[in-house]
Amino acid sequence: MSRHKDSAARTAANDVIPGGSTVAAADDKSADATTAPGSPASDAELIRQQARTGKRGHGPMGGNSGPTEKAMKFGPSAKRLIRRLAPQRGKVVAVFLLSIASIALSVVGPKILGRATNIIFNGFIGKQLGNIPNLPPNATRDQVIAMLRASGNNNKADLLSGMNAIPGVGIDFHALAMVLILVVSIYVVSSMLLWAQGYILNFIVQGAVLQLRADVETKLNRLPLKFFDKQPRGEVLSRVTNDIDNVSQSLQQTMSQLLNSLLTVIGVLAMMIIISPLLALIALITVPLSAVTAAQIAKRSQKKFIAQWRYTGEVNSQVEEAFSGHSLVNVFGHRAAIEREFAAKNDELYQASFKAQFISGIIMPAMMFIGNLNYVLIAVVGGLRVATGSMSLGDVQAFIQYSRQFTQPLSQLASMANVLQSGVASAERVFELLDEPEQSVDADGAAQPTGTRGRVEFEHVAFSYDPQSPLIEDLSLIAEPGHTIAIVGPTGAGKTTLVNLIMRFYEIDSGRITVDGIDITAMTRDALRSKVGMVLQDTWLFGGTIRDNIAYGRIGASEDDVLAAARATYVDRFVRSLPAGYDTVIDEEASNLSAGQKQLVTIARAFLADPALLILDEATSSVDTRTEVLVQQAMAALRGGRTSFVIAHRLSTIRDADTILVMESGHIVEQGNHAELLERRGAYFDLYNSQFTAPIADAEDVADELSGGEPVAAG
Amino acid sequence: MLIRLLRQYLRPYTGAIVAIVTLQLIGTMASLYLPSLNADIIDNGVAKGNTGYIVSLGAVMLGVTLVQIACSVTAVFFAARTAMRLGRDIRADLFSRVGTFSDREVQKFGTPSLITRNTNDVTQVQTMVVMAGTMLVVAPIMCIGGIIMAMKQDLGLSWLIVVVVPLLVGAVGPIVLKMVPQFRLMQVKLDAVNRVLREQITGVRVVRAFVRERHETKRFAVANDELTDTALRVGKLMALMFPTVMLLMNVSSVAVMWFGGERIADGSMQVGSLTAFLTYLIQILMAVMMATFMLVMVPRAAVCADRISEVLDTRTSVTPPVSPISPTSGTGIVALHDVTFAYPGADDPVLRGLTFTARPGQTTAIIGSTGSGKTTMLSLIPRLMDATGGAVTVDGADVRSLAPEDLWSRMSLVPQRTYLFSGTVASNLRYGRPDATDEELWFALDIAQASDFVRAMPGGLDAAIAQGGTNVSGGQRQRLAIARALVRKPEIYLFDEAFSALDVATDARLRMALRPHTRESSVIIVAQRVSTIRDADQIVVLEDGAIVGLGTHDELVESCETYAEIVESQLSVEAAA
Repeated sequence: MSRHKDSAARTAANDVIPGGSTVAAADDKSADATTAPGSPASDAELIRQQARTGKRGHGPMGGNSGPTEKAMKFGPSAKRLIRRLAPQRGKVVAVFLLSIASIALSVVGPKILGRATNIIFNGFIGKQLGNIPNLPPNATRDQVIAMLRASGNNNKADLLSGMNAIPGVGIDFHALAMVLILVVSIYVVSSMLLWAQGYILNFIVQGAVLQLRADVETKLNRLPLKFFDKQPRGEVLSRVTNDIDNVSQSLQQTMSQLLNSLLTVIGVLAMMIIISPLLALIALITVPLSAVTAAQIAKRSQKKFIAQWRYTGEVNSQVEEAFSGHSLVNVFGHRAAIEREFAAKNDELYQASFKAQFISGIIMPAMMFIGNLNYVLIAVVGGLRVATGSMSLGDVQAFIQYSRQFTQPLSQLASMANVLQSGVASAERVFELLDEPEQSVDADGAAQPTGTRGRVEFEHVAFSYDPQSPLIEDLSLIAEPGHTIAIVGPTGAGKTTLVNLIMRFYEIDSGRITVDGIDITAMTRDALRSKVGMVLQDTWLFGGTIRDNIAYGRIGASEDDVLAAARATYVDRFVRSLPAGYDTVIDEEASNLSAGQKQLVTIARAFLADPALLILDEATSSVDTRTEVLVQQAMAALRGGRTSFVIAHRLSTIRDADTILVMESGHIVEQGNHAELLERRGAYFDLYNSQFTAPIADAEDVADELSGGEPVAAG
Repeated sequence: MLIRLLRQYLRPYTGAIVAIVTLQLIGTMASLYLPSLNADIIDNGVAKGNTGYIVSLGAVMLGVTLVQIACSVTAVFFAARTAMRLGRDIRADLFSRVGTFSDREVQKFGTPSLITRNTNDVTQVQTMVVMAGTMLVVAPIMCIGGIIMAMKQDLGLSWLIVVVVPLLVGAVGPIVLKMVPQFRLMQVKLDAVNRVLREQITGVRVVRAFVRERHETKRFAVANDELTDTALRVGKLMALMFPTVMLLMNVSSVAVMWFGGERIADGSMQVGSLTAFLTYLIQILMAVMMATFMLVMVPRAAVCADRISEVLDTRTSVTPPVSPISPTSGTGIVALHDVTFAYPGADDPVLRGLTFTARPGQTTAIIGSTGSGKTTMLSLIPRLMDATGGAVTVDGADVRSLAPEDLWSRMSLVPQRTYLFSGTVASNLRYGRPDATDEELWFALDIAQASDFVRAMPGGLDAAIAQGGTNVSGGQRQRLAIARALVRKPEIYLFDEAFSALDVATDARLRMALRPHTRESSVIIVAQRVSTIRDADQIVVLEDGAIVGLGTHDELVESCETYAEIVESQLSVEAAA
């Protein structure tokens, strides 16, 4: 009985679904049930055993890329995962009761069906006896037995003594009908219970996963930015996507199986002992045998699966590299070399995945062999006992089924350990994220800043990302309403940090920052940030149309507002040349817009927000200089009457600022306007020389410029 | 597509496939024989109390089991090997096919999509082949064999098969068919949820700066609800499916008991046959189930196969010449003759009538606003794309008539999007010339103004570089890419905004250091900063894909309005003058 074919069915089922597990789980339920039919070598267990290979096969082959590492704190995380089901306590209890009832019925099924076999067999033997020559009419069973013994037919006598055959009487169809009707009713009820269980469980699992995702999303909004700086982006992403998916799949896969398997083991063991304690003992012996065999093979295939994953990762990364650097690979003549490397890795992947697939494919046949061994043992011992009359044929048959049913959930539990472990490991990673400290809550009865002038004051502010290395110390500054403050300085001086503090992206260590006289910690973050428009160095656009991306700047902005902002920031010009115009969908990589165009869209977004305070952090670095001039004119208009903080490396942007702050390692070393600072021949002068004039132009030229040069560019 | 792909890639493994089918046939036959043996044990052993018979038949049974195990293990061996080899072969072909693509085809598919097709999609097809080798082959054998064996056990009961199998198909088929589109939808919804989360993480500052947390939460809740709805729908179908199957199987076993009982009563059937018949019936139903599952799998694999075939069927728009001209020792004169470039189907050409010549020892600079076609123009020279009109020549030979390897061996490219390969600083620098000595590497680093920071990196030349070069800053990445280009000592240098991440001073130092090194080479620089190109021997001013000015800085400031505007927009008068 082609076990491994069933395994294939399972693997297939697993693979079909993105969350493949659901099929698997349900599949197993059917397995429990299908064992019931009175076939000695029922196929149901096949499926179960297959579950193991199937699932193993699934992991590496399907798209399920959950982490495979072992959970570090299996217990606590598993408990916590289960606790998350608490809100649905009623449903959980219902599922438990339904499972117990359904399993109990399906476990009893074969036993009752065994009675049907007995009735048929009794009738069959009875009829045979009726045909025995010289048998007196209406002879009793005892008489027949005595006769048989007398004629030296001891075997048959023994057999008969364990039966209820009435000589001459055939199959009792009335009794058979009664038994079969009972069995059918049991199966119908059991199926309905199983369906109800699956139906409710589906809600429990999906509800829990929904809540988990929602919690994570809420958490993301509460985490301080510090967290995102510290954690590699890909890592966080992996937690909120891959790990949650894995948890969800594991839950779907294991919840019903775990329950059903455990209950089945208990139920079947009980039935086996009731039927025959001796045979139960024999069956129990094969259990450790199959467990050890399965574990041994699984251990080996697991290694191969890990190798397969590793090589999959390596091949993926090689493909990614080759495709990302496509033109370089060609122009630098690396095509041949890279294909060689790829071929080697590809072959390693093939070797590993082939071995993984093959070794895991051995489990099923091996299990089948043990199963058949068990079968023969029980048939021999059972046959002996039937022959001696100490057991009915139906009982032996039922027992054989039970013994098969017994080993399946056990190996199923073993195979689930992997899924479970992987799921819990993922859950733990998700919980870690949920346990991260959150940013402080907004102050109660937060002050609403009045007016929209935007006077910003830093008073002895100190801040560091890492207490070991202080970044900003004792920094004070005043930005008057309507002024433009340019911040210059070398990389790492703390320019971006300074503007981030205004946004309260980070909490300062000491001192205070006020906006229009109100401490920013006394207002809600939302109120503060609503007053500020920010254009960042790295352009972030979400997957959506250009229109949506601009409209992101202000809730409820009208189409006209969006267009006006787009026109003012020269977005309109290039959008018109796009085939879909404002409906152009920006894809995930935004590869359909150039860096400069993306930057313009982000500027339009800030423009639309129309804030009291404007922060521009290298906002035009990727825009070509002529467009930049135009944009800056627009921004100058935008800045009118607004306080602006501008970080830029282009002179034209800086020169016209009301105040230039020169920062060096977290301190403001100079403050003043362009002319004053050049006059002072201090840090700004040096910076100006090294940064804004080519070395070919010597200091003399700079000096000339100081005295006579009029800036031409607008800004 | 799926069938065509499989036919093509399975051809080399015909032998293995024959072996799989044969082995599965034997294995299935052995497994089909087992229930008959069981029946025999019950009828002639257990029922007759003949222990000796039980033991000897038990031995036969174990023997048959061994045969079956041997067959299925060997079949799994071949199936796994064939499927994985198929995967390997398709991956290799995809990889080299993409290697021949021009930038145009790469852009058409998009790099992420090409990566997915080369990895994930292949895995899906591969998985389907494993399944097919272990299951699809078996299902019909099992089904037909089961029917024959069942009929052999008892012909009178075989009408049950005719009733039960269509019933199963009728019950399960519609559920499965309903599930397929739901699975697909579920994947789409899952992607949507993950995309929102990804955007929230990558755009966390923007979300917070614009106070959009609540908006984002709402957006997420919608996606999350939609995903859950779909998952619930799938789950409900699942919950329905298996009790249905189980009930059907159980009820048919009861039916066998009932109708079989009648036949036993009239003596036309033996008790053991009843059990065997039941087993065969279940086996037939299992085979039908397997086939149904395969039906679920196939559409998904078919989608992947389509995506794979799409790449394999795409021919590069840059075809190597049939009989390439062997370049006579050239000097690296690059010339564009009335070059036009348009994307297929686009109304306006990206480049129009470009004509100019870049000579060795000279620096030719290209300047123009965003979207004026600078990068497109540059990519025509190494044939990353081909001109749709006119010709690009190197030393008088049309680039399309040269063997690509010969053409490429003569140039170095520093693309706009600087890319470093995972490895070390040294492995990246040697990318264009594997035999370069350490001294040559340091020399190139010196020119690229990169030796200071490389020296400061742990390990110096052996310092690790992450994929894409993400572990060094943008400016450092650019300087390493320039050094990489220099190590190659080519006749032609193509710099596409290669100095944009450098501050003006470094930029200037770098270009000064570069001068003596490129005395023999043609240097073509695409730039935005006037300071970068001010000293160029000739400057090409591009505007909307056409040349609006050609000359030196001083000439252009006077004669070219566009150039003058660009200059004016940058820096101070003095710095630019």
